[in-house]
Amino acid sequence: MSPQPQAAVGAPLSRVDGRLKVTGQAKYAADHDIDGVVHAVVVDSSIARGRITGIDTRDAEAQRGVLGVISHLDKPRLTYRQNQVSNAFPGERLHVFQDDTVRFFGQPVAVVVATTLEAAEHAASLVKVSYDAEESATDLTRGPAQDGPPPFARPYARGNAEEALGSADVRLDLAYRLSRNHHNPMETHATIARWDGDKLTVWDKTQWVIGTQNELAAVFGIPLENVRVLSPFIGGAFGSALRAWPHVTIAALAAREIGRPVKLALTRRQMYFTVGYRPAYEYKLRLGSTRRGRLTAMTHDFKYETSRYEQFWEANLALGQMLYAVPNVSQNPQIVPLDVSTPLWMRGPGYGSSAFVIETAMDELAYKLGIDPIELRLRNEPGEDPSTQQPFSTRRLRECFRVGARAFGWRRRDPRPRSTRDGDWLIGTGVATGCYDVFRGQAQAHARLDADGTAVVQSATHDTGTGTYTSMTQVAADALGLTVRNVTFRLGDSAMPPAPAQGASQTMLSVGSAVQDTCDMLREQAIKLAVEDERSPLHGVDPDDVVVRGGRLHVKGDPARGETYRQLLARNNRTYLEARGSYTPEEESRFSMYGYAAMFAEVAVDARLGLVRVRRMLGVYDAGRIISPKLAESQAVGGMVGGIGAALLEHTVTDHRDGRIVNANLADYLVPVNADIPDLKAVYLDGEDYKAAPIGVKSLGELVQIGVAPAIANAVFHATGRRVRELPITAEALL
Amino acid sequence: MFGAGPADAAQASPSSRVTLTINGERRTITVDNRTSLLDLLREHLGLTGSKKGCNAGACGACTVLVDGRRVNSCLTLAVRLDGAEVTTIEGLAKGERLHPLQQAFIDHDAFQCGYCTSGQIMSGVGCIDEGHTGSPEEIREFMSGNICRCGAYVNIVRAVEQAAHGK
Ligand code: FES
Ligand code: FES
Repeated sequence: MSPQPQAAVGAPLSRVDGRLKVTGQAKYAADHDIDGVVHAVVVDSSIARGRITGIDTRDAEAQRGVLGVISHLDKPRLTYRQNQVSNAFPGERLHVFQDDTVRFFGQPVAVVVATTLEAAEHAASLVKVSYDAEESATDLTRGPAQDGPPPFARPYARGNAEEALGSADVRLDLAYRLSRNHHNPMETHATIARWDGDKLTVWDKTQWVIGTQNELAAVFGIPLENVRVLSPFIGGAFGSALRAWPHVTIAALAAREIGRPVKLALTRRQMYFTVGYRPAYEYKLRLGSTRRGRLTAMTHDFKYETSRYEQFWEANLALGQMLYAVPNVSQNPQIVPLDVSTPLWMRGPGYGSSAFVIETAMDELAYKLGIDPIELRLRNEPGEDPSTQQPFSTRRLRECFRVGARAFGWRRRDPRPRSTRDGDWLIGTGVATGCYDVFRGQAQAHARLDADGTAVVQSATHDTGTGTYTSMTQVAADALGLTVRNVTFRLGDSAMPPAPAQGASQTMLSVGSAVQDTCDMLREQAIKLAVEDERSPLHGVDPDDVVVRGGRLHVKGDPARGETYRQLLARNNRTYLEARGSYTPEEESRFSMYGYAAMFAEVAVDARLGLVRVRRMLGVYDAGRIISPKLAESQAVGGMVGGIGAALLEHTVTDHRDGRIVNANLADYLVPVNADIPDLKAVYLDGEDYKAAPIGVKSLGELVQIGVAPAIANAVFHATGRRVRELPITAEALL
Repeated sequence: MFGAGPADAAQASPSSRVTLTINGERRTITVDNRTSLLDLLREHLGLTGSKKGCNAGACGACTVLVDGRRVNSCLTLAVRLDGAEVTTIEGLAKGERLHPLQQAFIDHDAFQCGYCTSGQIMSGVGCIDEGHTGSPEEIREFMSGNICRCGAYVNIVRAVEQAAHGK
């Protein structure tokens, strides 16, 4: 088949859903107008461990408008079947209202349902819960560590790291402490649930409509086809909506028990208790090198927090194994079960935490050896993946650094720490490598071409703000030979052809490839119809010689000979053509596939106050083909903002006396605001990676945040001469 | 444990009648005295464009204009607004014609998820009216009450600049 002309893909289009978003018409979970809906408010525990000894609901129920209060005392019937289609972790998920046990501070212990939100909120404050509290443990640094869950968090070794460290010219022995972070999407999690007989419909904030559908079917013990999950718009998530949390079950349970549709929105405070977080880490890194800067050994000994009922894991091993050509490596990951809720993957999970450690350690080594930090990294560039001996599908990290160094003005830098001043400000610059996996999942799509020459394409995928609506429209438009205006892409409905969760940066690759396949099939169908139709000007033409452009099929190289989709369908009395296609990654790839980034940062540190301000940042990315450049730039800049937060501001603080999170609000848990953000620049290397995907893309959404925090930390060192091995880097640490 | 539902004996919260103009439309409404302007808009009037990000004045997602001034509607009790004029994101466009700042947000891709966007735009309209658009630094400062977790700040500043100066 003839390759289609590329018109939409690669063009810097504005978001196709932009108008809905700037007029307030985009419907997020809590915005749907459901007839007869009533309001639910969760009551959560005020202890971290122990038993509920009583729940007094009399005052709450005496409030006008209150329809009911539900807790474990009502013994609500829930099935909790096993569910494989879930981002659950080894252990057993939290069961809602099934017993009197409290496992963490903020655990839902009851729900109040009322006709108005005001009544439900007030009544919830009147529910009196008494406890028999036990001593709780929430401090990572004091809890006993144990091996992580197989197969993801097992020790790893190659060569003999101890021996190599012993004989290394230069050795570093470093200890790091990384704070817990919360995703804090601006939209709080919300669910509207409605039962029609034994059929359940939920409007939910979820990054995985199929996963939520499966979980609700399993929890309520009903057939999968009885559950429909809708999530057309998501107000950010960054990983927090990758599994169906207890409040989703509570909304559906309340709707069933009360017999009305129920809307349940978590408060911002509740967002800190039950929708996951990036776990805190204690991380020890040892590093051995030759005098010329060739790494000989790296050891990683670390532990991170998890709940007592689930063994959380995240991808914190890969970078230590594949980022640099180190012959001797050992990794010993451990988890510390605590009286906390289960963490969940937050943007760049695992990679972000390990990159901070490895990339600031590389900077320390560079200073110790007197080698430029970029040069040190280039000296350790592997020719193949050192952990699998596979060739890289593409790895253009050298180019990222070359392009970045020139654009950032790296060579002008005086490498000596504390060498540059601007009044009271100490100025420093730093670099770091970013790298993230290329995850790929099975996906399907459906496309319909209507007699009016417009098409509707759909897949049960998601748009958390990443731009899925737009980028899929671009892929579909080119494959169908239509203008973007004539293509509508729909998503966020479990009744659509299945797609993976929107996490791990896999959507563009997986769903995009499925959309390409589907639309290719549909176009070929139309071409076949034309070339076999005696009345068509294309009759008898080799189908491989036909292309479609602007809704018109014509002979390649002879635009005059052809006809439009509309003419073709009308003449053949077809109201539409349709196709269903898919993408399935090969079971075992022959290649090692990752996206790469070179991150550059310039900071100013107030010499007297320790205050750190980011002055500018530049990211250069090897992310494969860029489908939607305008949106890809927004992603990259957003990743830098997220990384600035992790580097300098974000820190969930727990009072270990009772397991309470003391800064569970946006006034005390600091995230970057507009005044924290200078001009940020992103550059994507031109190119594509067809070994990674049929549409040439790698991964992007996580990659853009991975190297940000270490680049800032390295710049802070350059500015001040102070090496902070902690996140966030606070003014206190610099005084 | 189920209550008997709304019963005469149940404790009712006091309510009041207020007359206010919302997006040019005058309305007289009976409101529960506890109701915030944000909940009034979202839960009682079906105007869900204004968003709840914190319900505590810390995020700006709920920003609307009251008598031309930007306020956090989550912190404003509806009952206090008798006679007030409220403009929400739904009332900004003139029919099909977007407000210049709405268009600028699209042009500069000044959002990703869009959840903070209603608040950013209403706040941006206020910021422009107040004349705090002399420089990018000034815009950043005066737009810092509106959190964007997607990190669209750079483009938000460009969009406000465009709308303020026709750039
Ligand atoms: S919801 Fe009003 S400021 Fe956050
Ligand atoms: S666009 Fe998502 S929070 Fe601003």
